[in-house]
Amino acid sequence: MLIKPPTDITPSEITPESVYRSRRRFMRESGTLAAGAATLVGTSAVGLPAEWLAARDVKPGEPIGEQMTSESDATSYNNFYEFGTDKGDPAKYAHELTVDPWTVNVTGEVERPGKIGLEDMLSGIDLEERIYRLRCVEAWSMVIPWIGFPVKEVLGKFKPTSDAKYVEFKTLHRPSEMRGQRSFFSNIDWPYVEGLRMDEANHPLAIFAVGMYGKLLPNQNGAPIRLVVPWKYGFKSVKSIVEIRLMKTQPRNTWNVLQPNEYGFYANVNPNVDHPRWSQASERRFPTTLFRPNRIPTRMFNGYDEVASLYTGLDLTRHF
Amino acid sequence: MIPTTRLGIARLGVFCLLALPLVLLGVDVWREVAQPGSAFGPDPTEEVLHYLGQWGIRILLLTLAVSPASRLLRKPQLVRFRRMVGLWAFSYIVLHFAAFLLSQAGNSFETILAVTLAKVRFAVVGFYALVMLIPLAITSTRGWQRRLGPGWRKLHRLVYPAAFAAWIHLVWLSKGDFMDPLIYGLVLVLLFGERIVFRIRKERRAAAANAA
Repeated sequence: MLIKPPTDITPSEITPESVYRSRRRFMRESGTLAAGAATLVGTSAVGLPAEWLAARDVKPGEPIGEQMTSESDATSYNNFYEFGTDKGDPAKYAHELTVDPWTVNVTGEVERPGKIGLEDMLSGIDLEERIYRLRCVEAWSMVIPWIGFPVKEVLGKFKPTSDAKYVEFKTLHRPSEMRGQRSFFSNIDWPYVEGLRMDEANHPLAIFAVGMYGKLLPNQNGAPIRLVVPWKYGFKSVKSIVEIRLMKTQPRNTWNVLQPNEYGFYANVNPNVDHPRWSQASERRFPTTLFRPNRIPTRMFNGYDEVASLYTGLDLTRHF
Repeated sequence: MIPTTRLGIARLGVFCLLALPLVLLGVDVWREVAQPGSAFGPDPTEEVLHYLGQWGIRILLLTLAVSPASRLLRKPQLVRFRRMVGLWAFSYIVLHFAAFLLSQAGNSFETILAVTLAKVRFAVVGFYALVMLIPLAITSTRGWQRRLGPGWRKLHRLVYPAAFAAWIHLVWLSKGDFMDPLIYGLVLVLLFGERIVFRIRKERRAAAANAA
């Protein structure tokens, strides 16, 4: 039986069970984790223990008047190629990933660069629920209640310099725990990278998520921290982030490197610009049923018109 | 009618084997209809579409494997299964196309037409593969075989471009992972290769016989 500590002891004064357990696991497996170890040694890296969320107030989200996707669908149908290309692979294999401890490396055009344990990075940040539409570039969509906070709140902590025009996000590269990265047949250049323009990252709709459906993020949804940019196609919302780099120039993004004619840098949801292999004019809203694909029209910016001003004067057909 | 000959029993066995994926799909569809979401996850139409497509190309390649197998194993009687295997391949591919149309429900007729015939290249090439198989299915009967005479063999060579088109269909719809196109491509190379080798040998034998 675990006795709960009195509330005047801060979490950093004690070592929660999940942390020492994961440290033991970490030491046991460090032989196979050489790559991961290099980034972890010498930091007091702490991911997010289950109690972390329970101890916090989360401001409830505004309902958007659309039916929410069931938690089981949102956690079993995922594109997370680090675990395999099948929609069911992430749910099957993501448990192999250790997300605690977790550090994020903040580099580039910031006054305070450095590696920081996730829990430290999130200290003092208020959590809120955001119920967002998620529109995948593959023309399906969900409605998901995320728990997170605006990207700009975290970026602000590291004091971006005036040269910071873009921000790049990098997913963990740990083939020992991410079997998709070991796949012989994959032609993706790991690690997965994505990027935003600074003004996009600073838009209040752009959030980092650490939870969904009232719980911490499951691994298959990008634990322990991921981006959610609801007006862009899902592939922009990079998962399991280990590096944030502020840059002068536009960063490369994985899918654009792989197939530049199909995936752009901006990737704003846009019903008027078709993907070369399929139409983007409509989408299948989950859950669909066998004889009713539940096709609904796709909206410009996924219905988030408030971001339109970010793109005044930009040709969205050319910059798709 | 219950078959009594060995060939009859073997035919029934092969028939059942080729029907099995469809039967299993039928069971899942039954479960899905009884309780939506129970059998295929959140996107059942796509699941069914891919499943039928996968089995379509597999059985199409199996059809192409019958003649080489009969030559390599020296069992000419295997060729007597070829029509059945081919018709099963055609059936899966037709059902695959039906599932595609189902997945397009909610789109206008013009959009579906544009997707299938012009806009989306993997859909277009897949559609051509199906179109090429239609005359083969129609003329697969003994009656047509007789009526067409030597033309029948020529016509049925359409199966080669059809299989190639099916493979291109797969290549063009893949992204990020090339396991399926590679494996199916390798099989296709082997099946085409055996035929080329067989033809060359046959011509050499004929030349040698003429010389003697």
